[in-house]
Amino acid sequence: MIHRVIISFKPEIPDTLGIRVKNATENFLNLKINSIRTKRVYTIDADLSRDELKLITSELFVDPLIEQIDEYNQKFDWLIEVGYRPGVTDNVGKTAKIAISHLLNRSLKEEEGVYTSIQYLLEGSKLTYQDVEKITKEFLANDLIERWLIRSSRDVKRKRIEILPPVIRGEEKITVKEYDLNVSDNELMKISKEGVLALSLEEMKAIKKYYSGLKIIAERRKMGLSNNPTDVELETLAQTWSEHCKHKIFNALIHYREGEFEEDINSLFKTYIKRGTEELCKKFPWLLSVFVDNAGVISFNERWNISAKVETHNTPSALEPYGGAMTGIVGVNRDPLGTGRGSKLMFNMFAYCFGNLFYKGKMAANLLHPNRIRQGVHQGVIDGGNQSGIPLVMGREIFEERYGEAKPLVYCGPFGIMPKKISGDLAHIKKIEPEDVIVMVGGRIGKDGIHGATFSSEELHKDSPIQAVQIGDPITQKKMRDLLLEARKLNLYKSITDNGAGGLASSVGEMAILSNGCDIDLKKAPLKYQGLHPWEILLSEAQERMTLGVDVTKIDEFLKLAENRDVEATILGRFRNSGKFHVKYDDRTVAYLDLVFLHSGVPQKKLVAIWEHKQHEEPQFQQPKNLSKILNKILSRLNICSTAKKIRQYDHEVKGLSIIKPLIGKEHDVLSDSTISILEHGSTEGLIFASGLNPHYSDIDTYHMTASVIDEAVRRVISVGGKLPSSDIPFAALDNFSWCDPEQSEKTPDGHYKLAQLVRACKALYDYSKAFDLPFISGKDSMKNDGVVFGTKISIPPTLLITVIAKMDDVRKAVTLDLKKPGDLVYIIGETFEELGGSEYFRFIGEHKRGKEYIGNTVPKVNARKAKKIYNLMSQAPEMELVHSITTPTKGGLAIALAKSAFAGGYGIYVRLDKVPYHGDKRDDKILFSESNSRFIVTVPKDKKDSFESIMQGIAFSHIGFVLEKPIFWVKGADGSDVIKTALDDLKKSWTTTLEMM
Amino acid sequence: MIPKVIIPVGYGLNCEDETSHAFKKVGARVDKIFLMDLIKKPDLLGKYHILAMIGGFSFGDHIAAGKVLANIYRFKLGNDVQQFIDEGKLIFGECNGFQTLVKAGFLPRFERNYGTQYVTLTYNDSGVYEDRWVRLKVNPKAKCVFTKGLDEIYLPVRHGEGKFIVGSKSDLQKLQQRNQIVLQYIDNEGLKTMNYPHNPNGSVEAIAGICDSTGRVFGMMPHATAYLSSYNHPHWTRLKIEDSMPNEGEGIQIFRNAVEYLKKNLI
Repeated sequence: MIHRVIISFKPEIPDTLGIRVKNATENFLNLKINSIRTKRVYTIDADLSRDELKLITSELFVDPLIEQIDEYNQKFDWLIEVGYRPGVTDNVGKTAKIAISHLLNRSLKEEEGVYTSIQYLLEGSKLTYQDVEKITKEFLANDLIERWLIRSSRDVKRKRIEILPPVIRGEEKITVKEYDLNVSDNELMKISKEGVLALSLEEMKAIKKYYSGLKIIAERRKMGLSNNPTDVELETLAQTWSEHCKHKIFNALIHYREGEFEEDINSLFKTYIKRGTEELCKKFPWLLSVFVDNAGVISFNERWNISAKVETHNTPSALEPYGGAMTGIVGVNRDPLGTGRGSKLMFNMFAYCFGNLFYKGKMAANLLHPNRIRQGVHQGVIDGGNQSGIPLVMGREIFEERYGEAKPLVYCGPFGIMPKKISGDLAHIKKIEPEDVIVMVGGRIGKDGIHGATFSSEELHKDSPIQAVQIGDPITQKKMRDLLLEARKLNLYKSITDNGAGGLASSVGEMAILSNGCDIDLKKAPLKYQGLHPWEILLSEAQERMTLGVDVTKIDEFLKLAENRDVEATILGRFRNSGKFHVKYDDRTVAYLDLVFLHSGVPQKKLVAIWEHKQHEEPQFQQPKNLSKILNKILSRLNICSTAKKIRQYDHEVKGLSIIKPLIGKEHDVLSDSTISILEHGSTEGLIFASGLNPHYSDIDTYHMTASVIDEAVRRVISVGGKLPSSDIPFAALDNFSWCDPEQSEKTPDGHYKLAQLVRACKALYDYSKAFDLPFISGKDSMKNDGVVFGTKISIPPTLLITVIAKMDDVRKAVTLDLKKPGDLVYIIGETFEELGGSEYFRFIGEHKRGKEYIGNTVPKVNARKAKKIYNLMSQAPEMELVHSITTPTKGGLAIALAKSAFAGGYGIYVRLDKVPYHGDKRDDKILFSESNSRFIVTVPKDKKDSFESIMQGIAFSHIGFVLEKPIFWVKGADGSDVIKTALDDLKKSWTTTLEMM
Repeated sequence: MIPKVIIPVGYGLNCEDETSHAFKKVGARVDKIFLMDLIKKPDLLGKYHILAMIGGFSFGDHIAAGKVLANIYRFKLGNDVQQFIDEGKLIFGECNGFQTLVKAGFLPRFERNYGTQYVTLTYNDSGVYEDRWVRLKVNPKAKCVFTKGLDEIYLPVRHGEGKFIVGSKSDLQKLQQRNQIVLQYIDNEGLKTMNYPHNPNGSVEAIAGICDSTGRVFGMMPHATAYLSSYNHPHWTRLKIEDSMPNEGEGIQIFRNAVEYLKKNLI
């Protein structure tokens, strides 16, 4: 029996969702709507008595003080109801089912369920059906996961709304298909394309060859298999060999050319990323587990290790921003959870790159508006993180048109802690032995996210498969996390890994390497609904699941604990020493693959990279007359303005361990350059978090882009009181490359250049990792961030996010960027060059003068030798408590850094540009807006002047001004005239207004 | 004797570590008990003196914040909790715990018996979840044992559903007359305010926390557990320079008061 309970707020209670939708609609669609009221709908598909339904309605669904059961008695013109499509996770519905069981003191049947939807009642006499449909598609529903109906008020009054609950009734016959690979090359590629396998011809041929081996044929015959791969096998190979999992571009053999210079690079990963860290492993005993596990692990102190991982979730976030981003954060959370013997999740971070939020033109059919993407992505990570009880330690955003046209980037990542040892064993090492029991824990399996791994390795096109989009369930995951921590303490499992891309195929397949084999039966796997084929069960990327290796003597105890903690745990099979990836379905073998072939059989790619220096137009313009006005305008630009409104919606202090928060200053509205948390209450040892991100430099040279972002991340650590890495100071980095397709092809005629951009970035990563002794402990790449807009291929600018963590011995000496005391002396440390290539200033001037940004050529560079000296000296200042504030000029240069410090402190500032150590065309605008690296702005109390200056000997530094009591921003130009003198409040208003309402 | 605190955990609750630290720091003993274990054995409660209902997202805040957990307390543990109160023991609810207490009818509890919902906590006027530090005035006349001796506190709110609403004017008057309003959001002048962001959610009468008529059941939306160390303050680096850093976080006194009360009155 289907029951519908429809609830709305009492008329006197503000309907905040309705108000928000109304505002958005009016702002973006220019439609006049008098009012929007919303109603929550619960569709209950269960056998309930009349009394039971009454009880559920009054005691569970309705808050009697503010809500009422509805009768459509208010005035409206249109009704829209939006609900999920069948199979999409409905978290509220799931909870409602549990709550009903509690209330009725009886369990609902497996096939019974509760499904939620929302009704929007629009009042607006001029609205047409087409308007309402547009509102629905643009703001209320995403076709990929939701369905809707639209009714006029007359229709609603005339007849009941009948909506079938979105139930999946699996009736399909379970099959295992075979593929005949003894076909032409064209046919092979057809198999790959039609199956969304994303395998190249060379890879298909390698697979074909494997299946023709006589030994293989004989072994397969014994298992009852033919010479042809089953769909289970081919799908497993495709996902294991996907770009997402095997990083084929980073492991390719690359022939690199740069003018006369040529070289062969055998794997960018080994040559430039892993090598530097391996060299450092000899020096730094705190490097425990690098590039081998789901997350990198370093030692923090004698009690704790730290695990860290950052991932991207770009394609799903482009298609369904809320679900995609939420799955991004909740999914990557399972990486530390599945590292070594498992970590406790402590902190989260994010970095997003979006298109122009104010874009007014026509959108291509496959793209959502950048603003809609931004809203959804934020909300997804806000809900995912907050509901997981994990505080956000840092978040930043970058805006650039190409992220709106090709793909948005959604980076997020967690940091976890694990004890040094668990029952005498090192906690960062997984142990798997033959005969260990394979157990799947957490959520159930559905068709969710099938082909996620192969799909994310493809560019975004109109027919991207919908199963790739999911919604996370942080509460199911939290329950599982609580169980796993308890089980870890009791030493109930030996190994753990997460089910992410590739599902069980990936988790079991990878763990099986350690024991040299496995054997599982997919029939045992718990399903959300019937009708899944074996390959779908194996490949499903349904969320909130971990795979464990449990010692056979502990299995009963583990299963008992899981049951007590209300978490589903299922035995799937055993790890073996057979050399085989052996999968059965109800005892019939459906996959029997050599583990060595599965993991090492993928042929190495051979690629060509050709670097050429691209000359951009060098902007020629006079210094603007009114620099105050220019500063106001730059402060209001998307890449500079305040994003505090969104940051505040992330819980950044649950656990009570935050020392320097993401929002700081008198009004807590300025983003700190870096943040600090302790790991345990009462401790003074802290962990510093910082990042570097600046894709705008990539258009000139990815080498210097990379150098700049590494410098930015390191400098931010120093600015808050950190020190450069040493054998005593754990300080490690994570690299996340988001690139455009760099493989030369018809679709990518500039592939050679794009690959050279990647090579140059990797070269810089190695060079600066060496220079700063900075090890990279984990990383990830996302290589196909391209899109097609009205027939034109658009690629994102090559983007590298550097995330760093560093230990601080005594957090009580931390320094923040806010000005703190009138009369303090303002210093600049480091040299300023005429480096405006890729700068925010050039972009602004170009847009202003010719409607398109200037890029220029003088990209900021990093002199590592000088920078290292500056950082070593600068880190003594907080240690000796000589300074009141430190900040790091980056985007927008000196001017923006000074302004933000002043905003945070609420005090004015006075500086003289003639005092700034500067090399280049002595123009005030260039000095103010140059983005030279390795610089700090420091404020020093008068009585510490001499001590501070004596420490800085040997590097470029200069006393350039004072902190003022009066809130004005006052800059004297190189010729001694006032080039800016303006009220701080006015500047701050420019800086806050842009995104205040978004 | 040492006061003993029970913290029910699981199902999306998440402030157990800081709440546990707060009580331990002031000399209590703390056990974290999985919620279902408590439901299976409600007489476990008898061993404890304080029931701490912590922050987090119980059952994801689905349907309404704290609602599903409230029903569990009301229908499965109600009589045991009532007995706990009648024995002179203390209940502390913070954020999700406060939402749960209110929706289960343990606060404001105008009659002796629990179960009637007089007030609610719902969506912030801003429509969004916010993490924001706010100033709070403590009602000196409130009977609340947790806030004795406190005048003003600075703490963060971290919620999307913290707007306090009273069902009727007369119930609001009752709250006022019986001095059950314990905490109110105040502005820079120290006056209770309806203005955002000082009143972060639009709560009626700027109410941020209330107690029952015994003063032993107390719920608040802001997180006292978020300000236990002076280094949790959002601008301690500035206070340090101005030489005005407190020795400990302002939240800690709430837990100390609870423990002192029990030592004096119950054990």
